[in-house]
Amino acid sequence: MSDTTTSPRRQALAHFAYVMRDNPVTFLAFAMFAAFVLMALFGPALVPYDPLASDASKALQPPSASHWFGTDNLGRDVFSRVIVATRLDLTISVAAVALSFVFGSILGAVAGYWGGWLDAVLNRVLDTIMAFPLFVLAMGIVAALGNTVENIVYATAIINLPFYARLVRAEVNIRREAGFVQAAKLSGESDISILARQIFPNALPPMMVQISLNLGWAILNAAGLSFIGLGVRPPEAEWGIMVAEGANFIISGEWWLALFPGLWLMMAVFTFNLMGDGLRDLVDPRRRT
Amino acid sequence: MSGRLKSIGLRVLQAVPVVIGVVVVSFVLTRALPGDPAVYFAGAAADEQSIQQIREALGLDKSLLQQFLIYVGDLLHGDFGQSIMTGQPVADDLIRKLPASLELTLLALCMSCGLAVPLGIMAARNPGSLQDHLCRMVVTAGVSLPTFFTGVLLIYVFYYLLGWAPSPLGRLDFIYIEPDTVTGFYLIDSAIIGDWEVFFGALKQLALPAITLALFTMAPIARMTRAAMLSVLSSDFIRTARAAGLTERKVLYGYALRNALLPVVTTLGMVFSFTLGANVLVEKVFAWPGIGSYAVEALVASDYAAVQGFVLSMALLFVALNLIIDISYSLIDPRIGFEAR
Amino acid sequence: MLELRNLGVTFQTRKGPVEAVRDVSLKLAKGESLGIVGESGSGKSVTSYALMRILDRGGSITAGDVTYSGIDLRRAAERDMLDVRGREISMIFQNPRAALNPIRKVGAQIEDVLRRHAQATRYDARAKAIAALEAVRIRDAEARYEAYPFELSGGMCQRVVIAIALACDPRLLIADEPTTGLDITTQKTVMDLIRELSAERQMSTITITHDLGLAAEYCDRIVVMKDGALVEEGTPEALFSNARHPYTRKLIAATPRLNASIRELLPADTRTPYRPSRSDGETLLKVRDLVKTFQGKSGPVQAVKGVSFDLTQGTSLALVGESGCGKSTLSSMLTRLLDPTLGQIEFDGEDLGAVPARNFARHPRRRDIQMVFQDATDSLNPRFTAAQSIAAPLRKIAKLRGTALKNRVAELADQVGLPQSLLHRFPHQLSGGQKARVGIARAIALNPKLLILDEPTAALDVSIQAVVLNLLADLRADLGMTYIFVSHDLQVVRMLCDQVLVMQAGEIVERGATAHVMDAPQHPLTRSLIEATPKLPSTAFEDPIKEVAE
Repeated sequence: MSDTTTSPRRQALAHFAYVMRDNPVTFLAFAMFAAFVLMALFGPALVPYDPLASDASKALQPPSASHWFGTDNLGRDVFSRVIVATRLDLTISVAAVALSFVFGSILGAVAGYWGGWLDAVLNRVLDTIMAFPLFVLAMGIVAALGNTVENIVYATAIINLPFYARLVRAEVNIRREAGFVQAAKLSGESDISILARQIFPNALPPMMVQISLNLGWAILNAAGLSFIGLGVRPPEAEWGIMVAEGANFIISGEWWLALFPGLWLMMAVFTFNLMGDGLRDLVDPRRRT
Repeated sequence: MSGRLKSIGLRVLQAVPVVIGVVVVSFVLTRALPGDPAVYFAGAAADEQSIQQIREALGLDKSLLQQFLIYVGDLLHGDFGQSIMTGQPVADDLIRKLPASLELTLLALCMSCGLAVPLGIMAARNPGSLQDHLCRMVVTAGVSLPTFFTGVLLIYVFYYLLGWAPSPLGRLDFIYIEPDTVTGFYLIDSAIIGDWEVFFGALKQLALPAITLALFTMAPIARMTRAAMLSVLSSDFIRTARAAGLTERKVLYGYALRNALLPVVTTLGMVFSFTLGANVLVEKVFAWPGIGSYAVEALVASDYAAVQGFVLSMALLFVALNLIIDISYSLIDPRIGFEAR
Repeated sequence: MLELRNLGVTFQTRKGPVEAVRDVSLKLAKGESLGIVGESGSGKSVTSYALMRILDRGGSITAGDVTYSGIDLRRAAERDMLDVRGREISMIFQNPRAALNPIRKVGAQIEDVLRRHAQATRYDARAKAIAALEAVRIRDAEARYEAYPFELSGGMCQRVVIAIALACDPRLLIADEPTTGLDITTQKTVMDLIRELSAERQMSTITITHDLGLAAEYCDRIVVMKDGALVEEGTPEALFSNARHPYTRKLIAATPRLNASIRELLPADTRTPYRPSRSDGETLLKVRDLVKTFQGKSGPVQAVKGVSFDLTQGTSLALVGESGCGKSTLSSMLTRLLDPTLGQIEFDGEDLGAVPARNFARHPRRRDIQMVFQDATDSLNPRFTAAQSIAAPLRKIAKLRGTALKNRVAELADQVGLPQSLLHRFPHQLSGGQKARVGIARAIALNPKLLILDEPTAALDVSIQAVVLNLLADLRADLGMTYIFVSHDLQVVRMLCDQVLVMQAGEIVERGATAHVMDAPQHPLTRSLIEATPKLPSTAFEDPIKEVAE
């Protein structure tokens, strides 16, 4: 507001460039993330074969020049299926994490700032969710709600919710009595404005690390559910199902069926995990020099 | 000491609303969802008439509150319902299959703690060193690995390519005879009667699934150990201990590690949660006859009583484990009782 | 006994090597007590860590020699150093509570040291540990042996730390800011104890402190450090009467003392004529029977127990007391951030105590009562630039926008002496003194009638404290504000305040004109507070102004 020498957007861009240059691992992570996003956006248009088209004459071929990742037991091109699956897996995890981020932040911030019975109730609810081994709870939810992609998203969002709510609650709680919050009260700011403008942004750096971890974890969770036959159903291309189908052929040596989707899954999770520190540096003003 | 007893009592009391919550959630998942629960419980192959029968048998014509009370009453009698798949009571099935899962989980946890804690200490002693980078790599790779994929890879390498591991089917190869059940853990049961052949046979079967699980759970433990050790090592009392001339061993293990273990113990709860979840996937990959495989089979067969019984019993198991962790924490940390006093 | 010759210490940082200590030479004789004085970052602590060879990661001795009783400490094997530490040279630190292992009984921690240096066996360790506790005048040592650090007060923890340090009868004790964070009366008991014990055992001591007064009272000889180098050395008397180095003079001048005016804390060349503040004699604030009760774990706790006082417009009132006496709770209620349980706060003829703190943010009187916080770092939002922080009350209450807002922020920055170029910086890019200025600019932005200052200089070095205190005095004169100054430092209070209230356990135990209360204290607490304040040598500057001006 006082700084007119450089526009906020340019400042933000400069900061982004600085963070990328400062840490090569962060740069690598963001580059890989960009690649995955491109795959998700344009993958279906670019792949050489129809991911669902089976061809019995070409079943179980090892990787070759025409089929880079080989073919599966129905003769479908593994490469095309792996690339096309990116969109589905990414969508599930981003949607689930976005849901739990929004609802978890609101609940946690309100409970942490005002405390009282609201806080007590929220804590009991979170305790109950956390009392289940989380993957098992997700299994129970999807089994009860029905086998659809939306239900995988809801189940993943619910099991991630406690992490955000707890983190935000703790971050808000320690700053509730901070000097700058009292100063804001002296400046005539209302409670809501203090919570939204003063306290919540300060909780963002640790949240960013949590988001990136959870994105990876959400993908693992969704793929795990598909692996045991919940959620996404064959013949749809999805990394978890593809590993599950490929697992049946691993003991007879057809490794490419399970390896490539598993590798892609691993790389996606790896990318998200690596992005955490970079995202934190991006939103932390103390990193600016 | 009385303060500490009081805080342990408080902690046990705190578990009560959680157990109630777990039962409510489990009830909601079974009965109160949109759709006709009778259809779920009847299974995929049921016709109209049998659905009607089940509806009456389950008391679904009664009010929700009545249904809930009946449900709780059944649970108190240990009645988790009847499995369609096996035709047995779900509770019996679960109890029979639990030792297999526990043996796998506990061995995996021991392995990962045994590796991850020293790794974390090593990394914290020399931040920025080779060991530290190794630790970070293991940690990041560990959380990125889907357990079911690691399992498949290990089978391919050690069973198909190298032939070191036995075929990934169950707890014991058919050439061995199962040891008599004492604890239900094959390793312990066979060791008791001194049948080392069976012991090693069981160990061979256990090795790959346990490694798969351990790889996955190492990451959070190693990361927490490293962070806790780093923060403890930079604290003032370590400097006091060093300035008093205490040996490096005493400073590191007597002073630093004991303090650092406190946060590590608290993360164990989270690690258990991950392990119990990942267990389901690993059991499916290795055809391990535990409750995870049971649940997956029940899912495929749309045997909902079995699935919900599994979810509920896992939750109760997990609540109990957390209780044990918290109580042992309050025994290690002298500050706990003080706060409650 | 101990000799440092041309000691140099370098830290390897990501931005390259940083020289923390350079070319430091000093000698210490048997039984002598030496004070190392300097402001933060002067390298005084690093020097002592270096001679103990317990430097943090990345730090190493890069030049010079350290000799202790003929042993070359710089080149000694680590194994030999282990025997020196705790046995020959011991060390105590600031923040005693953190300096003890939180989950180990204090007695066991003493035993560890005794056993390590073969001063005790398994069988007599307990008895010897208890004896060590008794040696530091801990009563009921047998019971204290079983205590954990969190069960002891700060002063008691520092005694335990001293007991650990002295358990093996070392010949040299290094005390690194041993009383920072302790109340002033506790500071006196701890320092007296160290002096007594070292006399008993003919032990040498090195006291590292930022407080020149403390060093002058307790040390035979003082060295002054600045930016990693030694600038001056001498007995307290010689140093105070005839300091040669300009930095030492500045430091001595900035140390609050009896009979000095607030202007005399500043270097002569930066002094401006004192501007007296005026009062119209009206009563601005009337506090009656104010009570605050908190709900504690073991029943209600009364933090403030029926406090009444009047405050005249344009004057300044000091609120003095040790930690936990209720002065912060009282000031929070007066700022209307906290609701009183009982009692009235009448401000300018209006009963503000009846307005809930929750609604006070929108109350028209909000702009009249403002506050400067104790910890400037904590009071600035790390995500806001200095300009944004100063602008916050102007935007919310005065509804200023655009150029008007910008001009007012710039004007305020000038008023508090904050360079315009720093306005776009974030708090972590500002120094402690600069952050204090930002906090003051924000507090005076709305021209408040009443400004409450909560230990505004407690975290600052003395030379910066001097500047900030003068700034506060000038602002009061220029803007006609009324001050309530919360402090534990009576010397500072004396220079800045007309009236003083002394609090203990939630009650006012003494009140009156500052000079009167300090010259003839009635209550035992007031007396012990005054007595515990370190005294400067009697030879200190008969006329400091002339001395420096020459």
